[in-house]
Amino acid sequence: MFANQTFTWLATVFGRVMAAGLAFALTLVATNAYATPHIQHWQAKSGAQVYFVEDHGLPMLDVAVGFHAGSGFDTAQKSGVAAMTRNMLNLGSKGLSEDDISRKMADIGAQLGGGFDQDRAGISLRTLSNPAQRDQALDIMASVLQRPTFPEKVLAREKMRLVAKLKDQQTRPEAIAEKAFAKAVYGNHPYGLPSQGSVATVKKITRNDLVNFYRKHYGAKSAVVALVGDVTRSEAEAIAEKLTAQLPEGGASEQIPPVTMQIKASEQRIPNPASQSHILIGAPGVSRTDPDYFTLYVGNYILGGGGFVSRLMNEVREKRGLAYSVYSYFFPLQQPGPFRIGLQTRKQSADQALAIVRDTLRKFIEQGPTGQELKAAKDHIIGGFPLRIDSNRKILGYLGMIGFYGLPLTYLDDFPAKVEKVTVADIRDAFKRRVDPDALATVIVGAPDEKKTEQPK
Amino acid sequence: MRTGLWRWLVIPALLFATAVHAETFEKTLGNGLKVVVKEDHRAPVVVQQVWYRVGSMDEWTGKTGLAHALEHMMFKGTRSVPAGEFSRRIAAAGGRENAFTSYDYTAYFQMLDKSRLPLAMKLESDRMHNLLVPKKEFDKEIQVVMEERRWRTDDSPHSLLSEQMMAAMFEQHPYHHPVIGWMSDLKKLTANDVRAWYRRWYRPNNAVLVVAGDVDPKEVFSLAQRYYGHIPRRPILETPDYTEPPQRGIKRIVVKAPAELPYMIMGYRAPSLHQPSQQWKPYALQVLAGVLDGNGAARLNKSLVRKQQLASNVGAGYDPLSRGPDMFTLEGTPSEGKTAADLEAGLRAQIEKVIKDGVSEDELKRVKAQITADQVYKRDSVFYQAMEIGQLESLGLSWKDIPLMLQKLQAVTAQQVQDVAREFFTDDNLTVAVLDPQPLKGKQRLMPEGGANVR
Repeated sequence: MFANQTFTWLATVFGRVMAAGLAFALTLVATNAYATPHIQHWQAKSGAQVYFVEDHGLPMLDVAVGFHAGSGFDTAQKSGVAAMTRNMLNLGSKGLSEDDISRKMADIGAQLGGGFDQDRAGISLRTLSNPAQRDQALDIMASVLQRPTFPEKVLAREKMRLVAKLKDQQTRPEAIAEKAFAKAVYGNHPYGLPSQGSVATVKKITRNDLVNFYRKHYGAKSAVVALVGDVTRSEAEAIAEKLTAQLPEGGASEQIPPVTMQIKASEQRIPNPASQSHILIGAPGVSRTDPDYFTLYVGNYILGGGGFVSRLMNEVREKRGLAYSVYSYFFPLQQPGPFRIGLQTRKQSADQALAIVRDTLRKFIEQGPTGQELKAAKDHIIGGFPLRIDSNRKILGYLGMIGFYGLPLTYLDDFPAKVEKVTVADIRDAFKRRVDPDALATVIVGAPDEKKTEQPK
Repeated sequence: MRTGLWRWLVIPALLFATAVHAETFEKTLGNGLKVVVKEDHRAPVVVQQVWYRVGSMDEWTGKTGLAHALEHMMFKGTRSVPAGEFSRRIAAAGGRENAFTSYDYTAYFQMLDKSRLPLAMKLESDRMHNLLVPKKEFDKEIQVVMEERRWRTDDSPHSLLSEQMMAAMFEQHPYHHPVIGWMSDLKKLTANDVRAWYRRWYRPNNAVLVVAGDVDPKEVFSLAQRYYGHIPRRPILETPDYTEPPQRGIKRIVVKAPAELPYMIMGYRAPSLHQPSQQWKPYALQVLAGVLDGNGAARLNKSLVRKQQLASNVGAGYDPLSRGPDMFTLEGTPSEGKTAADLEAGLRAQIEKVIKDGVSEDELKRVKAQITADQVYKRDSVFYQAMEIGQLESLGLSWKDIPLMLQKLQAVTAQQVQDVAREFFTDDNLTVAVLDPQPLKGKQRLMPEGGANVR
């Protein structure tokens, strides 16, 4: 159904670098030299926070509604409830079967999507702004958000599909590594749970679990509505009301438990028949509102966030040809999200690559970047600012993030100054305090030598 | 390119699409370089793409992977720009860049603040004729390419199946070979091979320059003249004309790989679009792909995943834009307890239904509504608009064909959809590829002492 699962052979194109590592590392940066979108913000009568950018350049509208309902709100016994709740929203609402929902959206060329991560779950819509299409699309969106029915039959099927997928993932080196890494970094904290659950927990999910999770976590007061596109302020107000006025009571805490920042060094070597070793290294990193965030972001660009110009890429790929992709990032969440380094290399090279990565990281933490590297990083981040807000879709993403994490409306405008004032000493200091090279979790799937395996407690 | 921290899943646009083309201009320089400029002033950014009309289909047995290997080497230095410097300069200008290779073409791109277009042109035009391909750099980079192949194909059961499927389906045509190349060929490629490939294909008269964004076309043309205009034109060599021998019956292949779930692809030979005004079948096949799998209400998902629960995922695909022969694919993952054969039967029943009963007006309307909406949505991405132009131009079509192609899509009738299904969905056109999942060795992988026999 999604294109990446469809075998479209003409689209089989080969890029020079894997996009995933880079995409993660992006956060926004602005400079006063560039016009940032004018963000309007208000609270709907329902209590929802609304963020709106009016733009009549194209006859279309993007809307997203986000909730504190990500996998960070799951429990170990029933991990996967949060993701399944989100997934089931568009699969049945009062008076609308899943077929009705998909057909009515397709009839008008509208696209219903959504997002899900450790903190956040939500629904997004892209539609033409002409009232004939827009109204129908928003009617359906309002219905799935506020009147989901979580039909038993559909749930049984979706559980079956997910269980099959999870079993398949247990054979895939990337997925095995992800799961082991989250556990090694976060232990029993909910950020350590598999975001879609595990085979055992998904089997236990009942309709009641979803109904309860929905009632508690999809309340209007914690909802963030983002709108970008071809509607007026008064239309946007009406839309926000329509999408949130009948949301459930809510009331669950929006707070995710604190993370244990200091972890013990660990190294897991997990056998797999793949020809490559998949290596992940990391520890808890920063939260979205951490005062060190900008410093670490700029520093990480130099370490492993800057694609072909990063130190890790230079050492591992450019100098030695050991990997196609190698990257590092901080993934900021409500509570400190992971700092992570990742790469894949053929098994015979795994130990060599691992040693180089560790050495590169250690040197970076000890010495910090050079002045020249810092200048290049700032030039890139600030000079590339317009690319970060050059489409309605990107702007929508930022509105959702600003609203969800309660960042200031001037976030975009303020960013360049914050990047500009970062110094070499700041980066060295922040990395020293925040990344301990002797307290990192390492996961190697498809390991060259599994005798060294130690299972972390 | 995505605002990555929070990834919204959106069902992607199905069929190619267009906007009003009043803001598109083209000009061919004296040396044969075609320049197409698409004005879009919504944001102060610019995209430059250079498309070479050469891809992996221009390779030959024993030298597969050349087109893609050269793509990697294009970042490894010219006479005046040392290895790695291209990327450093683009990055320092705030830009993002990359490149991609397909069966049909090889393309390079940068996205930047609009003021930095001259820098991008300076660097891109330099490597159009001054590339070095140092042996030392090549020897490292080919290792990177092999890592890429391991990651992309060798360790990915679905990719392996696709690769084998293409090899079975196309016997004579070079689509037989994977874009990234066979591993045994990659091990033997040399810097000399890559240099020869570069000299043979990279020239202004075998390229298209596409610039899209907040630019003035006149200025772009004059910049293009300044940076690219002096590169000498050189003759373009004739490419072989391949004619795939007729298929003599159904082909079936099986690929074993470590996985939990089976997976299968059914590929039917189909025509590609070469004469947009003359042909009608490719348009009808596109609409058929839309009816089967173009939207949330499309047939395959609704019947096989939701109702019959025969599959946990299904899909259909057809892209008429291809230099060589084409294919229409159906694919899917059987539900637990179901086999690839069960799913094949289910997919065949869907095909039979189209052949026997055709498609409804409602279904057609729905597919066409998506095409209409996509004309608007695609304008939210400057990059995509440039891609569309570059792809058409590098396949020998024109961006000027887009309105006609859309018109032809909108004009497809239910009868035509039924007719193409009847014509192309026959067993003598069909290749079926099945992934036979193999259990992981050392299932005891969580027990550290037990798993010593992994390799």
